[in-house]
Amino acid sequence: MEWFDTWGLSLIVFLPLVGALLLMLLPREQEESHKWVSLITTAIVLVLSVVAAANFDFGAAKSFQYEVNESWISAIGANYHVGIDGISLPLLVLSGFVTLLSVIYSWNHWEEPRNPRAFLALMLVLLTGMNGTFVALDLVLFFIFFELVLLPMYFMIGIWGDKSERELPVFGKTVSVRLYAAIKFFLFTLFGSAFMLLGFLALYFNSADSVAGRTFDIPALIARAPELTMLPVAGWIFAGLFLGFAVKVPMFPFHTWLPDAHTAAPTVGSVLLAAILLKLGSYGFIRIALPILPEQAKQWAPIIAILAVIGIIYGALACLAQSDMKRLIAFSSVGHMGFVMLGIATLTDVGINAAIIGMVAHGVITGLLFFLAGSMSHRYHTRDMARLGGNQSLMPMLGGILAFTAMASLGLPGLAGFWGEFMSLLGSYNPLEGLSIGLFRTAMVIGAVGTVLTAGYLLWMLQKVNLGEPKAEWDGHEFHDVDKFEMAAWVPLIVTIIAIGVYPKIVFGATTDAVQALVQTAFGG
Amino acid sequence: MGYDIDYLALAPEITLAVTAMVVLSLDLVLTRKNKYWTAIAAVLGVGFAAFPLITLAVSDVGARSMFDGSYVVDDFALVLKGLFVAAGYLVLLMSVQYIESDRYYQGEYYFLVLMSILGSVVMASARDLIILFIGLELVSGPLFLLAGWRKGDSRSNEASLKYFLLGVLSAAIMLYGMSLLYGATGEVTFDGIREASAGLVGEPLFIVAVLFVVIGFAFKVSAVPFHFWAPDTYEGAPTPITAYLSVSSKAAGFVGLLIITYRALPEASAVWGPALWIMAVLSMTVANLTALRQQNIVRLLAYSSIAQAGFMLVPFAVAGVSNDPDALEAAFAATITYLIIYAFMNLGAFAVVIAGARRTRTGDIDGWAGFGRYSPGLGFLAAVFFFSLAGIPPLAGWYAKFVMFSSALGGGSVWTGLLAAIAAVNAVIAFYYYARVVKTIWMDEAPEMIEVDDQPVIGSLRLALVLSAAVVFVAGFFPDLINFFSQTTKLLAAG
Repeated sequence: MEWFDTWGLSLIVFLPLVGALLLMLLPREQEESHKWVSLITTAIVLVLSVVAAANFDFGAAKSFQYEVNESWISAIGANYHVGIDGISLPLLVLSGFVTLLSVIYSWNHWEEPRNPRAFLALMLVLLTGMNGTFVALDLVLFFIFFELVLLPMYFMIGIWGDKSERELPVFGKTVSVRLYAAIKFFLFTLFGSAFMLLGFLALYFNSADSVAGRTFDIPALIARAPELTMLPVAGWIFAGLFLGFAVKVPMFPFHTWLPDAHTAAPTVGSVLLAAILLKLGSYGFIRIALPILPEQAKQWAPIIAILAVIGIIYGALACLAQSDMKRLIAFSSVGHMGFVMLGIATLTDVGINAAIIGMVAHGVITGLLFFLAGSMSHRYHTRDMARLGGNQSLMPMLGGILAFTAMASLGLPGLAGFWGEFMSLLGSYNPLEGLSIGLFRTAMVIGAVGTVLTAGYLLWMLQKVNLGEPKAEWDGHEFHDVDKFEMAAWVPLIVTIIAIGVYPKIVFGATTDAVQALVQTAFGG
Repeated sequence: MGYDIDYLALAPEITLAVTAMVVLSLDLVLTRKNKYWTAIAAVLGVGFAAFPLITLAVSDVGARSMFDGSYVVDDFALVLKGLFVAAGYLVLLMSVQYIESDRYYQGEYYFLVLMSILGSVVMASARDLIILFIGLELVSGPLFLLAGWRKGDSRSNEASLKYFLLGVLSAAIMLYGMSLLYGATGEVTFDGIREASAGLVGEPLFIVAVLFVVIGFAFKVSAVPFHFWAPDTYEGAPTPITAYLSVSSKAAGFVGLLIITYRALPEASAVWGPALWIMAVLSMTVANLTALRQQNIVRLLAYSSIAQAGFMLVPFAVAGVSNDPDALEAAFAATITYLIIYAFMNLGAFAVVIAGARRTRTGDIDGWAGFGRYSPGLGFLAAVFFFSLAGIPPLAGWYAKFVMFSSALGGGSVWTGLLAAIAAVNAVIAFYYYARVVKTIWMDEAPEMIEVDDQPVIGSLRLALVLSAAVVFVAGFFPDLINFFSQTTKLLAAG
């Protein structure tokens, strides 16, 4: 398997791009072959990720494996440096997994104006961007992949998104939902990442020490963290990175693009957006911001924690105010990512482990919820919860899966959602030494109230959608329950939710050592 | 004193001049329906001009200096001559069908474009004030005429007149500045001026001279507040000429500015540094905000090119305040990198506009609704070029923006940091109007009653599109290819 050590990660990153090119070469009419090309490409990518996981040396999870480091842009010393450790491995597998399921789900679910070739090609480009971000170990490379996901998602939302119109609350202008959401998503993220890039460049210019010159290399920068974090401009650099990552997560108050984008996106777009794209931000905090600028991370941790709990409570309350089912799920992401960020803010290994398992769990659970919401609006042609109801009796199977997923989302012990919430609260009981215990314990209490509210709005949603009698308007309608493509896409997610819930070591086995090493080097704790 | 003329070093200029004469004579003898041969001769001639450039580049003689150091063919000159020839070649490819369908004065058109290319090629080698001025006027002179080429259209007349009047004004200001510079230093060569200017920095006369020269070039690169001619001229001129104005003519202005600031007047950086800092900020901000409101796609590209000039001025401002030689070289290379990438992506954008305006029969952005549906290939290319202009990876534009930001932060002072932050905000604003074009093309519904010209895109235009798209993709993935050129030019900055 020697070839795999050098080529494995590059194949995982660039095969989807090859698949996308292949799609463009196929004639537009051959929809079947488009689907098969995409399915085979994503399946190979997932298999390669699983092979990477199987051959991963878990004893050395804290060091980067399958590393490749080749010169790329010599003038600025940027390298093609890729590699994975225990932190990136679960996320890499997750992104291949969810994309494959999205292709399967798409098989007979096409939103207008169809054009499967273009849609699948965008999905594959998206996969390249996501996988690339998780394996990149060079800041410039990271930036490229981080930005690469924007274009496909912009087109997915803008072309295949929600066709309705709505009035903007403040401006009083009527806008097309999908166009508004698409540009808002892009502008917010671009604004953040422009400052993130300035932060990267500032790190580069200050990275020279007596031994080596300037570098964009992430491990090298981590090694120089003690000097970098003492720089007078380090606070500004952290602010830039914070802006880039926090918009992506998204943290309150940068979250406003999220409900619009999730609601307007086509089903698969919402799934990928929720399951993977949001993780790029929190991953950036763990991979770049914390280990390179530990002192600033300590200074900012209280702010991050406060914003995180605001996000938890705000997300939950906003959910209770929604009438649109998809928008409710979108706001629930704000809350769940709040738990992830609270975990990160504790700067302890418990908290960061919680963040990573929370990311994976949110990926599979909210991904599944968006699948379900998409399938329901496909059948009912509405997402208005006031008009839904009695779904359980109309479609027992779909209703059952929805109930199950909602339970997972509210953090029921034994299912995947539990670990992230529970451990993140546990972590904030005992944050890193030097952080204000009072503040974090208050955050813990508020977060605990948040879990209750989370349970509240999810049960409220279940009650409105699933229970009760079907509305009179659906009399005489034939609803077909879950079809085989939906089944094929959802069962693996359900299995994963249970598996992680029962045996969280699937994730922790990879992350624990890596997270401990990270916390040890950065904060000595 | 006798002059040793190095004919190989002058071969590109000679090729272009001979081609221009051939085109003019062909025009005399050809019958009307055979006039297209003038286009073929022009395209071939510009292609031939590239060969001596390659021979010169691989020869190991080093810099070839003529006329007492007033005319130098070094790496800097070769890279920029290459850029001018390549950009001119693409513009000629874009012109063929456009000019043929306008039916008049084909021969003269190509003659004038060739002369303008010749002027820019001369400029790259200019190392004294006189040759620089002659080169610059040879670039602009033919364009005064070409901007008015669509004689029947009053907007084209307006374009030509406006460009002429402001062009002459700027030439006068620059020439006045140059004469003061000569008066103050007693030198015309740049090296001489540099040596003589060391003790003059506090002299009011010298400061006025520097400012006048810089303002003269600011007109040429259409930096705010000297940009007023640009939108009207761009909109009225024939579109291939607009492309030429926004790329080659602008690049010629930047070449002049580069030589003057880095080579002749590094001592006066305290004068031109702040001036260019202000112009960079104004150009980015004013042009981007105005571009948001444009309805016409060419006008939008006009404001976009003003804003891009603002981004290109950022490294100058850094060089003006920085004393670190590394930062200075990085800033110099950043401008060259930006110029090269900008040339290809902007020409590509204009090629799409030419092809698209033919198909949709309108230059109105809203008239392009649904364009991507009935013309997916051009729609795809439009997305490629406009997003590249916006600087979105993996298209080449990201690297241009990247080196610009990099040079700004490398300056290491509060002023350059602030400039970087302003540029970052502007990059986001600019994205909005570039995305708006793509949105209209791909996401808006086509009007039901639409008459579309479904003629296929003509071969020469297709070639221009493919070539620029290839550069935009390849340079986006492998920016080292562009660096190879821009890094070799750094020697000039080092003096």
